[in-house]
Amino acid sequence: MSTRLAKGGRRLDRSRKIEFTFNGKRLAGHAGDTLASALLANDQVMVGRSFKYHRPRGIVASGAEEPNALVGLGEGPRFEPNQRTTTTELFDGLTCVSQNHWPSLEFDVGALNDSLARFFPAGFYYKTFLFPRPFWKHVYEPVIRQSAGLGKAPKDLDPDRYEHFHAYVDVLVVGGGLAGLQAARAAGQAGARVLVLEQTPHWGGRAPVDGGTVDGKPVEDFIADTLSELEAMDNVTLRARTMGAAVYDHGYALGYERVADHAPGAEGPRHRLWRIRAGRIVTATGAIERPLSFAGNDLPGVMLASAVRDYVVDYGVSAGDRTVVVTNNDDAYRTAITLKQAGLEVPLILDARAGGGGPLAEAARGMGIRVENGKGIAKVKGRKRVEGVAICAQAGEGAVLEEVACDAVAMSGGWSPVVHLWSHCGGKLTWDTGQALFRPDPERAPTGADGAGFVLAAGAANGALDLAGGLADADAAGKAAAKQAGHAPGRKAAPKAETEEAAPIEPVWLMPQGAGPALRMKAWLDYQNDVKVSDVQLAAREGYTSVEHTKRYTTLGMATDQGKLSNINGLATLAGALGEEIPNVGTTTFRPPYTPISMASIAGDARGRTFQPIRRTPMHDRHEANGAYWEPVGHWRRPYCYLRDGESVEDALTREINQTRASLGLLDASTLGKIIVKGPDAGRFMDMMYTNMMSTLKPGRCRYGLMCSENGFLMDDGVVARLDEDTFLCHTTSGGADRVHGHMEEWLQTEWWDWQVYTANLTEQYAQVGVVGPKSRETLQKLTDDDISAEALTFMGWTEIDLRGIPARVFRIAFAGELSFELAVPANQGRALWDMLMEAGAEFNVMPYGTEAMHVMRAEKGFIMIGDETDGTVIPQDLNLHWAISKKKDDYIGKRAQARSHMTSPDRWRLVGLETLDGSVLPDGIYAVGEGTNANGQRNMIGRVTSTYHSPTLGRGIAMGLVKHGPERMGEVLEFGKTDGTFVKARIVEPVFYDKDGEKQNG
Amino acid sequence: MAKAVSALDGASHDGYVRVEEAGLQGMITLRGDLSLDAVRAAATTASGTEMPGTREIRAAEDRALAWMSPDELLLMLPYEEAPETVQQLQDALAGTHHLAVNVSDARAMFRLSGGPPVREVAAKLCPVDLAPGRFEPGEFRRTRLAQVAAAIWMPDAQSLQVICFRSVAGYVHDLLCDAAAPGGEVGYLV
Amino acid sequence: MLQLECPNCGVTAEETEFAQGGEAHLTRRGPEASEQEFHDYLFAKENPRGVHFERWRHVNGCGKWFHVARCTATLEIFGTYSAQTLEPPREIRDRISKKRPGWSWREFA
Repeated sequence: MSTRLAKGGRRLDRSRKIEFTFNGKRLAGHAGDTLASALLANDQVMVGRSFKYHRPRGIVASGAEEPNALVGLGEGPRFEPNQRTTTTELFDGLTCVSQNHWPSLEFDVGALNDSLARFFPAGFYYKTFLFPRPFWKHVYEPVIRQSAGLGKAPKDLDPDRYEHFHAYVDVLVVGGGLAGLQAARAAGQAGARVLVLEQTPHWGGRAPVDGGTVDGKPVEDFIADTLSELEAMDNVTLRARTMGAAVYDHGYALGYERVADHAPGAEGPRHRLWRIRAGRIVTATGAIERPLSFAGNDLPGVMLASAVRDYVVDYGVSAGDRTVVVTNNDDAYRTAITLKQAGLEVPLILDARAGGGGPLAEAARGMGIRVENGKGIAKVKGRKRVEGVAICAQAGEGAVLEEVACDAVAMSGGWSPVVHLWSHCGGKLTWDTGQALFRPDPERAPTGADGAGFVLAAGAANGALDLAGGLADADAAGKAAAKQAGHAPGRKAAPKAETEEAAPIEPVWLMPQGAGPALRMKAWLDYQNDVKVSDVQLAAREGYTSVEHTKRYTTLGMATDQGKLSNINGLATLAGALGEEIPNVGTTTFRPPYTPISMASIAGDARGRTFQPIRRTPMHDRHEANGAYWEPVGHWRRPYCYLRDGESVEDALTREINQTRASLGLLDASTLGKIIVKGPDAGRFMDMMYTNMMSTLKPGRCRYGLMCSENGFLMDDGVVARLDEDTFLCHTTSGGADRVHGHMEEWLQTEWWDWQVYTANLTEQYAQVGVVGPKSRETLQKLTDDDISAEALTFMGWTEIDLRGIPARVFRIAFAGELSFELAVPANQGRALWDMLMEAGAEFNVMPYGTEAMHVMRAEKGFIMIGDETDGTVIPQDLNLHWAISKKKDDYIGKRAQARSHMTSPDRWRLVGLETLDGSVLPDGIYAVGEGTNANGQRNMIGRVTSTYHSPTLGRGIAMGLVKHGPERMGEVLEFGKTDGTFVKARIVEPVFYDKDGEKQNG
Repeated sequence: MAKAVSALDGASHDGYVRVEEAGLQGMITLRGDLSLDAVRAAATTASGTEMPGTREIRAAEDRALAWMSPDELLLMLPYEEAPETVQQLQDALAGTHHLAVNVSDARAMFRLSGGPPVREVAAKLCPVDLAPGRFEPGEFRRTRLAQVAAAIWMPDAQSLQVICFRSVAGYVHDLLCDAAAPGGEVGYLV
Repeated sequence: MLQLECPNCGVTAEETEFAQGGEAHLTRRGPEASEQEFHDYLFAKENPRGVHFERWRHVNGCGKWFHVARCTATLEIFGTYSAQTLEPPREIRDRISKKRPGWSWREFA
């Protein structure tokens, strides 16, 4: 059984007890524990069920590579699935539940899949759920969805806060182990700005577990000295609990800081995403031990040899009382020695190498441990945890020589450098045959903006696995990184560590090498996705020769751990099955992030009230107080209508429209774009921007203008006022101000840079209010002594007036078809103006109206709306706006395009009005059907509705639409096909439904 | 003029950095050929400062002059004086191609105070190197603040100012307050 | 995410401050253009794997347009330069020639 030892555990504070629950069971650990070490200390070896076969699974590793020990962590809104127990710090009150089982961890119905495993090989789903096709949606998908997914999704809104932080450094060091610290010191001494990220709360990595001597001191002392030296450097920052998650183009890297995972609910953000730009990045990310592939290697109690050692040294926890060590390299002997020193039993070390190990093996033998060379595990005995191992010759087919009772197995298949961050941005790898590992190829580093490599690997991450070599390598990497980032490195020599002799590793990809089908079917490669040696071999037989295809077919390495333990074993197995060399098969692509990061950290501040910028007009609060029912228009919020007690939206619309047409309404039009165009060449420029002739507009006058893209399509419209000889004020649509301003600046800066024109986007300088209705002049006249009579201010004129001390521009323009005035005042006085108008209009029962009333009224007048009548494929000619297109001008943006053959075709759909025969409102976007069918057997379409409303003024539905040959078909009745299969009939009419002669607006 | 109210009417919030909307602030956009003596003279006469270099801001008493782009300056001055100063600029530059407009009402301004941590509050929202030595008083940086355009500068080593568009003042205020909330100290740029 | 230096304001900033604006050095075709010329102007754009010239705007910054010479395969930046020019500067073309001997792009090499 696994248990807490009486002594040891360098990370523990045994004086502080921490209580937590696992599947409702109350357990205790110590401060300094991870959830995994605390579970092991409580003999909770089995911690979950596997994804596909629901096999019992236990803790395998001690760090980020853990594939099995994932739990649902926390409760309520702080619940999160798939949290790795090995990287979860224990805190008081932690609650967690195991995953993938029903009804319980101990007894699970889904484990039936395991008995049927031979019927669930690789590609099972692809092969099985193919036919019959009608089953896809109603049978297969529900079944697959039911069994798919790891863990449970949280249901409640996340209560925590998340943020980003932008950091700029010369050298980013990822990894706070011995190599990372030494690289940081070397770079820091050169004067570079250095940031060091460490994913755990601890500095120094695994070096203290393995021991050794550096510069004559124990490695632990060397780490402490290095740390205090780094902490004293102003130009070096150390950041624990922060994982280097990703490396992207041009030195961009992500750090994932788990600020409060160990203290849920604490003040401040839970996670902080560091968005880092680094001149050079040193990846000192260490190495991960590989499992060995033998039958039953997934049973709870089978662990990585290094993890077994970590738990003893770091946490004072033993994985078992009797541990069998199985290895193909010398490092695992350290585990045997550590266990023995801790007073635990090591009945046997199985060394797959016929020649056995080096000095460490001798030391183990010297302690009285039995060592068998050339032997391996045929099979692990036990159902829910390890009970013993059957031993065989590694060279054979698995004939059992002997059975040895044990309750834990420590395995080591060698080490794989963590090359993820090196590879994220295109760094290539090279196969190191001697060490049997892929390591970064320094000749093929990821390149940055200057074309040079910007990532340097250091220490074990670079394949320098031993203490002395790793330190020297890291020192060199730190110096090189600083130098490349523009800082001359110091001459201080690298620290010296004692070099240990070791016998070379011998790659073992299957144990025993001749294992038959029965054993291979129980030899796991990918624990989390339940992929076995036999699955990869099957894929190879079925023709999956590419490692990327095999990955997707078998799902090898596609789980949340992204194959940290399985990738190399998997591709070596594939290489073996294909008869290829490992480097020829290659690796799959390493993609960011290194381990999963929270979605919320990626969103950062973009959630809740700051999800998006919401643009508010100066009168926003007044609308809010007036019952505004909001509508988003771009990022703006505009009142759709103003709801009074007990009113429906339809009621409010009718009220607002009737009131405005009969008397007086107010519209907050502040969102309209307002762009100043000024200069000696302004007229010439305006003639290019608009289809109209703008240069002839007189100061004091307004003109409705159309703006097209170079493709000829109508992109915006609005009223242009000429302020003086040199200056125009261009109104744009509400959503279009930035786009139109950008469009103008683009042409000025990139095409006509010799023209003397300046623009400025003054959209937000003014609050703009439409004062609309027969009583508008009367109301306005109460507020000003200036003359705004019909004679002084004619339709489409503008002037400056004083409104009780507020300076205003007043435009006589009419979008609703009534007598109306648009007032523009400084935004900071918008609220005062609004209040003043509400007061002055009270005697006329003034009401504010919203965007929908505005839309209905403009539709009654047959005015087009950008985004309704236009969709990026419509030219002004389609909308019968020929009158706004100057024939006299040689050129304007879009003119040539509008002369292209398709644009001049008489078959283009053109704007008409539509009236249903029964007075009903046509559905929005509905299509008119014509004679015959198209190639797909569908009725031919001959038109579509672009705007459709109920008109309270006319008491019936009105609509506009684009219809083939429309204007030539006045009076014809078209059929519009509804989604329910029925048709509605509408007659083609003129699009102006109200006050055709414009007497009201001219009032 | 008495009725003028800035976007957030001087709202303030105390986190580990104090955030306050600066209230009414006069601002004038002046576009022109900045190499012309006439333009430089008109601008510096109005501001009472020296001409700022590229990406610089020069301040004197209640006025400041900031470099916005190769052909644009931003003049900051008391709110009430903006309309008249626009007129003075236009008069001074009569005959010279230029654009001088009052943008006082189009913007909102925020002041962050509370010492060196103002740097890191801004660094949470802006993709800018705000480390001492890399960003110092005198630099005027137009950038992105979360999802909107903004300009930032440090009047002194203890405070930082932000200009954004008026309509997004509430959004920027909320962002700054969240970034300055206690417990969020990064301790990196201090 | 790229990092670019805006030649107008001198800022080196990340891509989120900028907006890409398509191919550089296009010659505008107006009403006098033939159907083919106009079609090519609108639609026949370069899309190379390698040396490319683009327009960018410092939209969350000084607001100005500029040109970027870069490698679309490696994302190496060969240089940024004024938008008010009809061809890439000699200096940048020479720099590209050193790194990508034999390159060509439309009429430039």
